[in-house]
Amino acid sequence: MNMIVRIILYIVLAPIVGGLLEGIDRKISARMQRRVGPPILQPFYDVKKLFKKQVIIVSRSQTFALIPYLFLMILTGSMFFAGMDILMCFFVMSTAATALYFAAMVTSSPYATIGANRELIQMMSYEPAVLLTCVGFYLAEGTFNVSEIAASGRTDLLFMPGFFVAFVFILTIKMRKSPFDTSTSHHAHQELVKGLTTEMGARNLAIFQVTEWYETVFLMGVVGLYLINSNPMSIIGAIICILVVYFLEILIDNSSARMKWEDMLRITWIFTLFTAGVNLLVLMLIRL
Amino acid sequence: MANVKRSPWLLHYDGSSCNGCDIEVLASLTPVYDAERFGVINTGDPMQADIFLITGGVNTQNAKTVKQLYDQMPRPKVVVAVGVCACTGGVFKDCYNILGGADTVIPVDIYVPGCAARPQAIIDGIVQAVELFEKRSKEHDEKVRSQKKGSEVA
Ligand code: SF4
Repeated sequence: MNMIVRIILYIVLAPIVGGLLEGIDRKISARMQRRVGPPILQPFYDVKKLFKKQVIIVSRSQTFALIPYLFLMILTGSMFFAGMDILMCFFVMSTAATALYFAAMVTSSPYATIGANRELIQMMSYEPAVLLTCVGFYLAEGTFNVSEIAASGRTDLLFMPGFFVAFVFILTIKMRKSPFDTSTSHHAHQELVKGLTTEMGARNLAIFQVTEWYETVFLMGVVGLYLINSNPMSIIGAIICILVVYFLEILIDNSSARMKWEDMLRITWIFTLFTAGVNLLVLMLIRL
Repeated sequence: MANVKRSPWLLHYDGSSCNGCDIEVLASLTPVYDAERFGVINTGDPMQADIFLITGGVNTQNAKTVKQLYDQMPRPKVVVAVGVCACTGGVFKDCYNILGGADTVIPVDIYVPGCAARPQAIIDGIVQAVELFEKRSKEHDEKVRSQKKGSEVA
């Protein structure tokens, strides 16, 4: 019963929280650039407008690929907040990302195609760190089960700081923040028009946007999982940690320029494999 | 004006302008003038744009492009011509390749005069465009609703 309530809460609240986070993001970014910035509710106005615009269909299969992207992402978050297997959550998330790749690919627009290819490279860059995160949770807690990890007495962050740093690092890629926003960007970069989302207009872009909000909330949930333990007070700690990480992402976004994909792949792999790898070795030694 | 529920996304196209107006258009998005406080985003994608901002006149080569960009934008949409070049052809009016202002190929709603148009004037033009966009959106919603009703009756 509890599980169903949590799933419903996720499905209903995640777009609201995700949208608010994006609104705050845009406001803080504007303030960092000494601008006034749009109102906090601006992302909701945007999505509302997008749903109302005339639908111009570039390729019918684009919507066909975008719907699984949305539903698989909702499934990922639902599984996570219901307390199921974290490894499975990340597998479903990767499947969702593949659906997005197809949604961009089917239009055969050169910009969308290059964007989609870069999206695949981005997936390749963050995937090792994602898997290592799951392994880290297993080594620290002896289980992949999210509810058991959350209910255990220990704060995982103390055991896996290296994994945490690696995860925050790949969050920059996952949240499409500069310097790793090669496939598509929230900013007005015009190098690839809009990359991945070039051929998405009106309703389809709105679906993409809402899916991103679901994704953000799921990823922030994983950040929170590092801190949550059996003590209810740890939830406050987790929320503070999430806000700090989110602020850090905005700061990185605003203070760095876009990177070439070769550099992204190399730096991400070396950095995440090193931090998470050292942590992994230490955890294994503790266990022995 | 700062807290209205609007979300106009801009598409900026540089016709045969001398770049003077383009610099001013970009200036209106910088911290000093900050058009984003009205929810304005400068997108490069006609599929996602609501307001088509065109600088410079139309010549024989870009006439097709301007028309195509306009057609790719989903309804409701608004066109703003920035600078005298985009309004009438301006100083280039008598050149052999210039057809005239933007309105020789697409319907222009708002004309922003000036050579170069000042950022204040451009923002004023955008704000007027936003109001027109709001009006058109309402009309568009009405139309969609009546069409839906029509299909239900049939
Ligand atoms: S109006 Fe003046 S500044 Fe603007 S594009 Fe024409 S010549 Fe250049």
